Parts: sequence; structure tokens; C-alpha cells
Amino acid sequence: MKILVAVKRVIDYNVQVRVKEDGTGVVTDNVKMSTNPPDDNAIEEAVKIKESGKAKEVVAVTIGEDKAQETVRKALAVGADKGIHVKVDGIIEPLAVSKILQKIVEKEKPDLVFMGKQAIDDDCNQTGQMLAALLNWPQATFASKIEVKDKSLEVTREVDEGLETIETNIPSIVTCDLRLNEPRYASLPNIMKAKKKPLEQINASDLGVDTKPRIEQIKVEEPPKRKAGIKVASVEELVQKLKNEAKVI
Amino acid sequence: MSALLIAEHNNKELKPFTLNAITAASQIDQDLHVLVIGHSCEAVAKSISEIPNVKKVIHVDDAVYENYLPENFTPVVIKNSENYSHIICSANTFGKNLMPRIAALLDTSQVSDIIKVISADTFLRPIYAGNAFATIKSTDVKKCITIRPTSFDPAPTSGGSAEIVKAEKGESFTLTKFIKREEVKSDRPELGTARVVISGGRGMGSGDNFKLITAIADKLNAAIGASRAAVDAGYITNDHQVGQTGKVVVPDLYIAVGISGAIQHLAGMKESKIIVAINKDGEAPIFSVADYGLEADLFEALPQFLEELNKLNTIQK
Repeated sequence: MKILVAVKRVIDYNVQVRVKEDGTGVVTDNVKMSTNPPDDNAIEEAVKIKESGKAKEVVAVTIGEDKAQETVRKALAVGADKGIHVKVDGIIEPLAVSKILQKIVEKEKPDLVFMGKQAIDDDCNQTGQMLAALLNWPQATFASKIEVKDKSLEVTREVDEGLETIETNIPSIVTCDLRLNEPRYASLPNIMKAKKKPLEQINASDLGVDTKPRIEQIKVEEPPKRKAGIKVASVEELVQKLKNEAKVI
Repeated sequence: MSALLIAEHNNKELKPFTLNAITAASQIDQDLHVLVIGHSCEAVAKSISEIPNVKKVIHVDDAVYENYLPENFTPVVIKNSENYSHIICSANTFGKNLMPRIAALLDTSQVSDIIKVISADTFLRPIYAGNAFATIKSTDVKKCITIRPTSFDPAPTSGGSAEIVKAEKGESFTLTKFIKREEVKSDRPELGTARVVISGGRGMGSGDNFKLITAIADKLNAAIGASRAAVDAGYITNDHQVGQTGKVVVPDLYIAVGISGAIQHLAGMKESKIIVAINKDGEAPIFSVADYGLEADLFEALPQFLEELNKLNTIQK
């Protein structure tokens, strides 16, 4: 079995994001970038399945500018066998991403495609579902547990009401929740070894996919700031304030 | 053109967030039609027809829709989408799972999680865990939009009498099987719509200690929330998680206990009307968004809090 994992390079989850003064976006210059956190879970799960003997190969793919290769190198350092970087500059929407991934799936013929359930930059939560639609494959979204069976997966999904279990035939798309597993760290020797693993580069334009944005970004602004609150000295004062000042209890 | 909203329900009752999505949808287009897909869900279709904002209900009923699977719902939506400019649903786990599958087949770039309708093609939506707001304009002819429910008031539920039209089922998808849903039953208000939410974080130290929170929640008729750290640690189940990858809540009162206030948690609660933070670390970032901060050991503060509440003559419910 072969597992394709899609990874995205985003502003690190610990960075306090700042809006550009001209309203065109957020500041990315000299800002720490990392792999989108749930994409790390997707890679980890694929590598674990390979280690259990149920998969033979893990391929990591990213789409983006040259520096996006870092996320593929990181995936290779934690156990992916091969990397693919689809080069494209500028904003690329989930619909175009899923069309590019569809081309990669046709070329690589994986049995499973994993990715994070949501990217923490645009918070769209679309790509996995869109790719499943384009391929007419089952979709197991927001997965917190994956059991690989002979010809299917049993997936536990985190939903608003609690947990849901579904069974999807292979081939299948899975989008991963942060609780799926604990991603491992890349050891220094493995980081060195990853540099020797194959990393294929493809230009998005060669795939025949229209990546032109359909959504016009008019402006990006700071959200309204909350006005500073106060510290109370005691529980008694807190309850009095809630009762008599805020009038919420 | 008109807008088509996909209702979320459990075949017996409409889920409350659909009412918030209906408010947003009728701001986009007043000629709002609602698609109800399910099994033996006549009562749901009827209740939607009584919502004054709704002009028509399309009801698709078949045993295959007993349990919701986006793979089965999508063909029905596509089949019924022709005369609509907008396809809309709520941005909770129901809509997040469903809408992109529809959008991809309609070759539309979906607009996720809007918090404001500026015009029929222009919307406001949070990005980067709510640290920035983007005003965006969709240029697709047919638009697929998901609504952040807590950013819109629920629509009124009575006074309307829309016609209910039956429609045929769509193609069934046999490669995905629903097995089970483990719902956590609770008599408390739902987290997403509760007037008061009290949440615990890693500082709670154990699942057992959440009983300190439960006691206060009982008193205030509050829903119980949690930070991701508390859920990851196994103190409480995932349906309680508030934050960027959990639920977004906008209660009148949000009480954060033993929660440091990572940006991912703030993304889920910082629009609350009044925020209270109880934390022993005076430098915790949660205090920067709190209207009332109490720097204290939660194991002393929570029992005192309950005691003070018990002294009050009346408590709003």
C-alpha cells in the first residue's frame, strides 16, 4: 500500500500574527514558518502505518513557493520515503490545491491520501473534502483514530456531538485531527539522511491546472481589540462585579 | 436567483445552528429555500416551513439518509442546485464536512466560516485563528458559503408557512459506511449556544477535578468547555473543546479556569461578551482578554466562587 500525505508550510502556530499596515495581508517577512500542525499528524500516522507493515511507501507532497520544500524535507526526516514539490507562487485556493493533488494522485496512484483537517493560516478546512469529491473517493474527515483493515479503514471522527465511526473503502481520503497521534521529532541523523532522499519538483503550470484565484481579497484588517479589563482582588469582589457591574449572573 | 440552505437535523429535530445560518442566508438572499435531506423527517421539514425567513422547503426522504454522510448528501445538493446563486450551510462539523465536497463538484471556490454578510458576493471572515479579519469577494457564479453560527442571531421559529416540496433522492455512495455515533448526553445547555460557559484547562490537573467546574456550571446553568490541553490530557471529551480547531463560543459570560490562553484557545472564545479568567499565573495571556481577572489558585477559588454564588438571592438562568 502507498500513502500520499499533503503538507503545507504556514506561519508557525506560536507566532503572534500581525496584519500589514497597508491591509494587503499579514506580515510573513522574517516570521518563523513551520509545517501546518495537523499535517504533522498526517505524516506521523502514515509513517506509523508503514512501520506496522501495512504500507510500503509514504510520499509527501507540498504545493507552494520554493521554501515550501522545507516541509517536505521535514516529512522525509520523520520517515517519508519520497517528496514532491509542486511549485506555484502567490495565493492558491483550496480548490486549485485539490485539483493539483488530483493530478498527483493520478500520477502516483496512492491507496490512501492523508492531510491535516485544516490549515491554521486560512482556516478554510476544505482541501481533503474537495479532493475526495474530485476523485469520487470516500472522505474520513477530522480523524482521531484510524484502523487499517484489509480493504477498508475504520475511522473515528471528532464531531460536534462527540465521536463518530465510519468505514471507508480503500482508496480513501483522511483528514487528520491533532489528537490522532503524537508527531515525532526528527533526529539530527535522520535530518541528514533526508537530504539524500528523492525530492521531485514539478511546476504547477505543467499540470494543466488553472490556479487563478476565484476569491478577491479586498482587505485584511486587525480584529476589534477588547478593551483592557481589571484584576479583582478576591472571589467575593469577582462575584459582586459579575452581578452588579456586568449583570451577567 | 435564490439561495439554498442545507439543514442540519437528526431526523427528529432541527439543529439550532441551522437557525443562525438561516439568518445569514436571508441577508444574502431573501428568497431563501431550505433543503432537508433525511429519513422519516417530515416533522423537521414542517418545523422549517414555519420559519418566517424560509420561502420554500425541499424535502428529500429516503432510508439511505438515516445517517448523514457527505458522500450521500452531495449528489442530492448538486441535483437541486441548478436554480440557486448561493449554496449555504453552517460552519460546524456538519457543514465543514459537507460543503467542500459540493463546492469542488460545482467548480466553486468555497468561502468558509463567514462572520458578516457585506453584500451578496462580499463577506467578512476570520483568518489566522481570528488574529486577522479578511474582507473577500467571491467571483464564482455559484457561491458555496459556510456560516459561523455564533456570529448571527438565530432566526425566529414560528409565523411562517412555506410550501414543502418533495424531491427525489440522489445517487447513493456505497464506499463509505456509517457505523456509529457516540453522543455525549447531557442535560446542560449546548456549548455553542449556552448563555454562560465555564471552561477548564490543563491547570485543572485531572478529570476528577472538573467536578469543581461542574458544580458551578450547575449553579449558573452553564455549558462546560475545555482547552485543547485538557482534552488531550484526557480530562474531558473532545466535544467540549473550545478553540481554533474546536468550537467557537460567544456566550454572555465565559469563565476560563486554569487556562493559560494560547492564541488557538482565544480564537474560540474571545468574542464572548464578558470574560473571566482565574489563573495562578498573573502573566498568563488569558488575562489580556479578560474583563475580570482573578490571580488565584483555582482549587481555592472555585469552592469560594460556589459559596459566593450560593449567597446570592437570585441567579439569571
